[in-house]
Amino acid sequence: MLDARDRQLIEHIQLGLPVCSRPYLEIGRLCDMPETEVIERLTRLKQQGLIKRMGVIVKHRQLGYRANAMIVWNVPDNLIKQLGGHISRFSFVTLCYQRPKQPEWPYNLYCMIHGKDKATVLKQLEQLVDACGLSAFDKEILFSNRCFKQRGALYQNPSPALADG
Amino acid sequence: MLTTLHKQLLNDYQHDFPLSARPYRDIADQLGVTEAEVLSAFTELCDNNFISRIGPVIPPNHIGVSALVAMSVPEQQLQAVADKISAHPEVNHNYEREHRFNLWFVVIASDAEHLRAVIDSIEQETSYPAMRLPMLDDFFIDLGFKLDLNNA
Repeated sequence: MLDARDRQLIEHIQLGLPVCSRPYLEIGRLCDMPETEVIERLTRLKQQGLIKRMGVIVKHRQLGYRANAMIVWNVPDNLIKQLGGHISRFSFVTLCYQRPKQPEWPYNLYCMIHGKDKATVLKQLEQLVDACGLSAFDKEILFSNRCFKQRGALYQNPSPALADG
Repeated sequence: MLTTLHKQLLNDYQHDFPLSARPYRDIADQLGVTEAEVLSAFTELCDNNFISRIGPVIPPNHIGVSALVAMSVPEQQLQAVADKISAHPEVNHNYEREHRFNLWFVVIASDAEHLRAVIDSIEQETSYPAMRLPMLDDFFIDLGFKLDLNNA
């Protein structure tokens, strides 16, 4: 679990590690914590899975990955964990979630594929559908168009940061 | 133009950025370059907007609560509606998608009540209904995103 100092640390580090020789010392100064404690806490949070990963967060679009598809399926609830687990093992899948169905929206399984162009993404999707046995289920493919806003999730005290989409 | 060093920094340090007193020096040692070269390459990647930051990724719903929200907005009003939505600090992603539901955004809040209040006020400000899609389960195993930077 996160304690108050973990939250304080996350609040400061979520904006990004400074690019300088002793970055954890700098973060520690902001939250009144010795460098060693900053490193120990981050190491523990990562081991516990409360930090999913620690590292470079790339901007896909600027690096030429301009095609982004959100694919949604309507699958039976009893199969969703197994299918979700299978889908998320493909390296071109960047997210895979279950969300509730809605009256106007009969889909419960979501995945995201980032690719250089639509044709590549569609080919990857075909591969995914075949490998995971998804062809029998209704789906929709929603390619992104304009990006109005994107940034990492910012958590604020008392509830501090979240995974990127 | 991306150098070999830029590409290595982009691809190889998405997951296990060193948690040590001199992380950039450790990276430099691994790559056989100097700490100064690593620092200036990261600065260039930030300045050119190729990376948003170096930091932790926290799984959804471990801290705070979030929901994906979809709206169906006439094309001529889309930019204005999107701007109103993006103005909320709780909104972190906001995308147009090619669908009848053409506006998709993510709201992150401290608790369920705060989340509901933000989405309610977005509905009032824009006068379009918001379809709320909270996360029930996260299957993602996160093997890392392998960038093919051959032509970058």
